[in-house]
Amino acid sequence: MYRYDKYDQAMVDARVAEFRDQARRRLEGKMTEDQFKPLRLQNGLYLQLHAYMLRVAVPYGTLNAQQMHMLADIADKYDRGYGHFTTRQNIQYNWIKLEDTADILADLAKVEMHAIQTSGNCIRNISSDQYAGAAADELIDPRPYAELLRQWSSFHPEFLALPRKFKICVIASETDRAAMKLHDIGIRIVKNDAGEIGAAFYVGGGMGRTPMIAPLIREFVPLDQLITYAEACLRVYNRYGRRDNKFKARIKILVHELGKEEYARQVEEEFAHLLTQDIEPPLAELERIKEYFADPAFEAGASDEIDLSDPDFALWVKNNCHAHKQPGYITATISLKPVGGIPGDASAAQMHLMAELGKEYSFDEMRVTHAQNIVLPHVKKADLYTLWQKLDEAGLGAANLDSIEDIIACPGLDYCSLANARSIPVAQKISERFAGNGKTETLGELKLKISGCINACGHHHAGHIGILGVDKKGLENYQLLLGGCEGEDTSLGKITGPGFTEDGIVDAVDKAADVYLAQRQEGERFLDTYRRIGMDPFKEAIYG
Amino acid sequence: MADPLAAGPDAVQFRFRDDEPVDHPAVTVDSFLNQSNASAVRIEPGDDARELVPHLEHIRLVEINFPSFTDGRGYSSARILREAGYTGELRAVGDVLVDQLGHMRRCGFDSFEPDHQMNEDDAKAALRTWPEVYQAAADTRAPIWKLRHKEGSHG
Ligand code: SF4
Repeated sequence: MYRYDKYDQAMVDARVAEFRDQARRRLEGKMTEDQFKPLRLQNGLYLQLHAYMLRVAVPYGTLNAQQMHMLADIADKYDRGYGHFTTRQNIQYNWIKLEDTADILADLAKVEMHAIQTSGNCIRNISSDQYAGAAADELIDPRPYAELLRQWSSFHPEFLALPRKFKICVIASETDRAAMKLHDIGIRIVKNDAGEIGAAFYVGGGMGRTPMIAPLIREFVPLDQLITYAEACLRVYNRYGRRDNKFKARIKILVHELGKEEYARQVEEEFAHLLTQDIEPPLAELERIKEYFADPAFEAGASDEIDLSDPDFALWVKNNCHAHKQPGYITATISLKPVGGIPGDASAAQMHLMAELGKEYSFDEMRVTHAQNIVLPHVKKADLYTLWQKLDEAGLGAANLDSIEDIIACPGLDYCSLANARSIPVAQKISERFAGNGKTETLGELKLKISGCINACGHHHAGHIGILGVDKKGLENYQLLLGGCEGEDTSLGKITGPGFTEDGIVDAVDKAADVYLAQRQEGERFLDTYRRIGMDPFKEAIYG
Repeated sequence: MADPLAAGPDAVQFRFRDDEPVDHPAVTVDSFLNQSNASAVRIEPGDDARELVPHLEHIRLVEINFPSFTDGRGYSSARILREAGYTGELRAVGDVLVDQLGHMRRCGFDSFEPDHQMNEDDAKAALRTWPEVYQAAADTRAPIWKLRHKEGSHG
């Protein structure tokens, strides 16, 4: 994985010093809260309902054992012994003091980490495929491009006061595991007819109150123009994105209002101009970065045999493991969704353990997924049973990846000041219900996502089943959505009808699941059945 | 480089130029385009800086107004003018705060007229914040990628 050189380290250290000084000026009253707010946000510090929340960047979700140990230490030292892995492949701490923040950032800098631009109206942490560099189906590792973009976007002087937040995702396989088209810019690394590698740009996707799937803006940007093209996309947005209404300020609204052809035309014009400005790093820089992402020292001829005689282990392998490009190896996902738990939460002890296992069994590398789980990308199949036993002992062996228990949930009203309703208890009740009635395994792949308000941090639009918390005359109420999907065939869920109470929504999900079980045909997932039979049979069962 | 803490028009707190400041007030982009004998223009966030590009040799001062520091359109306006070869004074006016100074310098601003005077020590510190920079912009600083790949070196 990428390691800082003296320049990267100096930049992060400078940022810590800058923030320490800003916090001092704020605490001394030299700066108003309004003036301080964008500065602290661009260092990941949010004010929530009860305390500050600090969001730490995990660039494109990749981290090593030393970094995971540090995340655990921070949870112990400055929080309540927990961290919360998020849908942005980051980690959040929910009980942080402003006075401690500069020290936390300094601790992070010691292990080449930071909280830069994890919030605020700027280019955010770049996300990527959680199986990057390991997946059997990828064209090339997308992370070097993400790292190039990370450096370009860090402290970019022109784009620190954008109309709204800006999220970029880079993938390089046909299967989209990162919801690429639901980002402000989604980049797919592709090969053209001439066999050259380049980037396809999808611009103007997003969740929020007006969810949109990003249209393709340019099929092929040569690699030696990648940064220049991204800069053109951003400049058009910075100049013309709406600033009159916070809810219409994302680039998706600009692209939608202009039309993708007109937006693309304006970008082309800016791009042609910027190509004369010499702002593109040389390809040698990309090559330098690529060296850090070379394959680990896989053992040649490692065995593909896995002894599946233990049925619990066999289930975990079936559900939580993914094909690796290297014979004898496999990618394993640690579910942070124990039955009745808080989705994405990990204790300091669990983080320490994951760090140790990542070091011992996965070439010192882990990934945070946007489904709030942790991936060990490169596990030798011969080690898999031992690894699983260690996870299972620590309560990290849940075999429920991509099942109805693998729920994505935002922090909701338990923490978030914007929330209409709580997300976490709903997630807990649903996972308990389905673990209890034993339907989880029969249901197979069923992605359920919960947001506590229309801002959609829990990606409810993209869930096969989505749940949205709303406020109904001062009471928490939940709407049900069906048919969303974040994968290759991205689609947005539709609302079934009137909302439910907290217990009512759990019943409604159960009924929707039953409709699927009764109607499914051979090989169909919940989503496929829904697409075939439509909304009506579900409505009848739920409201009938 | 002139001592930036020295004079300019009274309200200008920092000026990184040696030439004589323009002594008449700036006109709006519209009135400039209608009667182009003014040499000082003021750009509002919604104005298109590119409209000035054909007239740059007549202009000695461009003021870019920041009614609110959270509206970043002025950063693009500044870079666009510098990219078009403008070498006159580029002044940030309005809700300009200490923590924006360094980024504004990178976008090509060379004088600052904040609504509220900044603490000068804080301002000096802010301008020294970044040891290096990651991207090419409108200043002369070499981006880190250039330092990494200096001619003849491969490390
Ligand atoms: S979706 Fe709403 S409630 Fe949930 S975290 Fe986002 S803003 Fe808060």
